[in-house]
Amino acid sequence: MISKNKYQDRTLVQRAIQEIKDTVTQKWSIMEICGGQTHAFMHYGLNDLLPEEIELIHGPGCPVCVTSLELVDKAIAIASHEEVIFTSYGDMLRVPGSEKDLFSVRASGGDVRVVYSPIEALRIAHQNPDKQVVFFGIGFETTAPANAISVIKAREQGLDNFSMLVSHVRVPPAIHAILSSPMNKVQAFLAAGHVCAVMGLKEYKPIAEKYKIPITATGFEPLDLMLGILQTVRMLENDQHQVKNAYPRAVKYEGNIQAQTIISETFIECDRQWRGIGLIPMSGWKLRPEFQTFDAEFRFKVDHIQTRESEVCISGLILQGQKKPFECPAFREICTPQNPLGATMVSSEGACAAYYRYGKESYG
Amino acid sequence: MCLGIPGKIKEIFEINNIKMGKVDYSGVEVEVCLEATPEAKVDEYVIVHAGFSISRLSEDEANETLTLLQEIDEMNQKEHNQ
Amino acid sequence: MQLITGMEKNHMDDQNNKFEYFTCPIPLPRSKEVTIGHGSGGSLTKSLIESVFLKHFSNPILNLGNDFADIIPKESLSNFRIITSTDAHVVSPIFFPGGDIGRLAVAGTINDISMSGGIPKFLTATFIIEEGFSIDQLDQIAVSMKLCAEEAQVVIVAGDTKVVEKGKADRIFISTTGIGFVLKGVKINGASALPGDSVIISGTIGDHGIAVLAARNELGFSTTITSDVAPLNHLIQTAIEAAPNIHVLRDPTRGGVATTLNEIALQSNVTIVLDETKLPIHNQVQGACDILGFDPLYVANEGKVILIVPEIEEGALLDALHQHSLGKDAIKIGTVEKAMNNPLVLMKTIIGGTRIVDMLTGEMLPRIC
Repeated sequence: MISKNKYQDRTLVQRAIQEIKDTVTQKWSIMEICGGQTHAFMHYGLNDLLPEEIELIHGPGCPVCVTSLELVDKAIAIASHEEVIFTSYGDMLRVPGSEKDLFSVRASGGDVRVVYSPIEALRIAHQNPDKQVVFFGIGFETTAPANAISVIKAREQGLDNFSMLVSHVRVPPAIHAILSSPMNKVQAFLAAGHVCAVMGLKEYKPIAEKYKIPITATGFEPLDLMLGILQTVRMLENDQHQVKNAYPRAVKYEGNIQAQTIISETFIECDRQWRGIGLIPMSGWKLRPEFQTFDAEFRFKVDHIQTRESEVCISGLILQGQKKPFECPAFREICTPQNPLGATMVSSEGACAAYYRYGKESYG
Repeated sequence: MCLGIPGKIKEIFEINNIKMGKVDYSGVEVEVCLEATPEAKVDEYVIVHAGFSISRLSEDEANETLTLLQEIDEMNQKEHNQ
Repeated sequence: MQLITGMEKNHMDDQNNKFEYFTCPIPLPRSKEVTIGHGSGGSLTKSLIESVFLKHFSNPILNLGNDFADIIPKESLSNFRIITSTDAHVVSPIFFPGGDIGRLAVAGTINDISMSGGIPKFLTATFIIEEGFSIDQLDQIAVSMKLCAEEAQVVIVAGDTKVVEKGKADRIFISTTGIGFVLKGVKINGASALPGDSVIISGTIGDHGIAVLAARNELGFSTTITSDVAPLNHLIQTAIEAAPNIHVLRDPTRGGVATTLNEIALQSNVTIVLDETKLPIHNQVQGACDILGFDPLYVANEGKVILIVPEIEEGALLDALHQHSLGKDAIKIGTVEKAMNNPLVLMKTIIGGTRIVDMLTGEMLPRIC
């Protein structure tokens, strides 16, 4: 059936790149929303193969990076409770809070566990009825169905020792925020294929029309990304502002309706703080009132959090595409994956971590 | 986090009233929650993210991606003939 | 005297802890589990050593029962140098497809010695055992160690056993130290790679790490991948006979091929350029890594060796490796080039791009060796 190799085929990718080179006549700045896209560009070494006229700007699509400092501090406070088993995706363990990170809570004896799915957290809750199991529910729209289903099932199963610390963020309001900034230089977007697989493309149409910006949903294989850029460049060169789908095998215009229904049954839109960026109105999801008992913020009443960011870290500027990681004075000097000052260096999808691992400025 | 890869459903079952599937990736089998893609059947492909299927993969539409390249070929052919 | 065994200790409060150092003078029948008494140095210890370790490791040096191992090497120190190495093993789970902590402990140190180009001859083994550990499992581990040592023609000549209270160790930890000999003229080490050299790996990468992770059963995935844990000394001697001018040998254990090549690049002050299309990776290992978000280049191997040789010897080396059961998938994966600004490792990707391959940063797979 669908062979992954087709989308990694060197000849096809090189053809797409040549076509981009033949199409482009001027400089264009294209933002890839998603950390997974950033990572893929660097992993395959695609950046250097693109013509110089194309500038790729890395977007804020790294949920680990944008989880607010306040929520990270709350997570640390909750994880430090003796009766809590705190479960989270691995990347969140090293995200710096105001004083420390979740990893150091574990090192001090806290029960902090890495899980690959919230289903595991439900399982842990079943197996440990005398403990409070909390899952750190971060993510864009891609993880929302998983988190929603987990909360629904917890309620169905009467799992009263399970709760979720929710930090969902939504892509379209972030795009609005980036495009309305006076510092904006983004002229087109590569939308995240798996976010669009869930939510569809309909939310992007009004954005494309309002700001006269082409938007293309792409997958994550080299050919997917190159064809996505090709479609985008064709629109830019022809002054077109449509929403195109360069990942039709996984993305439908209407998205996954079942997933959207599950999400809307469980979550409601809310304002969200994006770390390094600030408050973006209605850019997040929180649990609906009927699920309040499963909301860890409500269950643990963690208030009076005093946040303190590193003065040196410029994650926010990087997430908005206004600076590149190597323009940060701390990059590679005092800020490294072993000793990160900000979340963009911690997450495997963060731009700073990607540049540190794959960055070309250290050779040639 | 955006990591989502296509796998083939080998088996569908239920645990604690949750619809689950055994999904195969090149011989590795993973347990995946199928609640968000309830119509997915055995032998179909799904995109899985954090242990949940988020989308069914469509073979027809997979080929659509490659028609863009065919268009490029046709255009190049036209220019060549001119 | 109060009869106190390790088992009863669980029922005592803290004030009574001072009794833990007394041992029962009456020999007990062989229990099913290791007790604190077994680590006390008295008759219980003797009984454990005899019924498990001496039974399986028996050899003339060990059987003398001294506190030291009196070794008379066949090798003359006028022609040979002594190589020694030590390693600790804390793998979890202790039994996994393809091996166990015992095999890992023996093969690991044999391999370290072998990376000098030398021949490993003697091993010592230290066991730190958690109270309550199954003696049957200890026996299984000892058998595994014996079989691995026999495979490699290495002798275990000294050992030690300690038992700690429940909760103070995760079942069992094993440390091994090895002694070997290498011909005086042989200079195989990490600083010897030269521009123009070929970089060869003896087989598929990532098998061990993925097999261990799957065996933990925490991630809801199953595979048929088995650990590649194996003693490599015979393979390496075969390699040296075919390619006498090998510059570097190193086994890519924790941190994987990427970390090992970075270490070599740094030591030798070179750039290593890899060809992604040549990397030998089992489909299932790639599948598991895709699911987990890992890069196989960073996943541990316990039965593979990286060999860096002058290009002229590449053909003969590959032929020789392919004849050996542990080297049938050997392949050239890259070349050594002059270092540019900094020594590093580059990858020519499958679609023709270039990226840097860095060392492993942070914890990817905990306790896989």
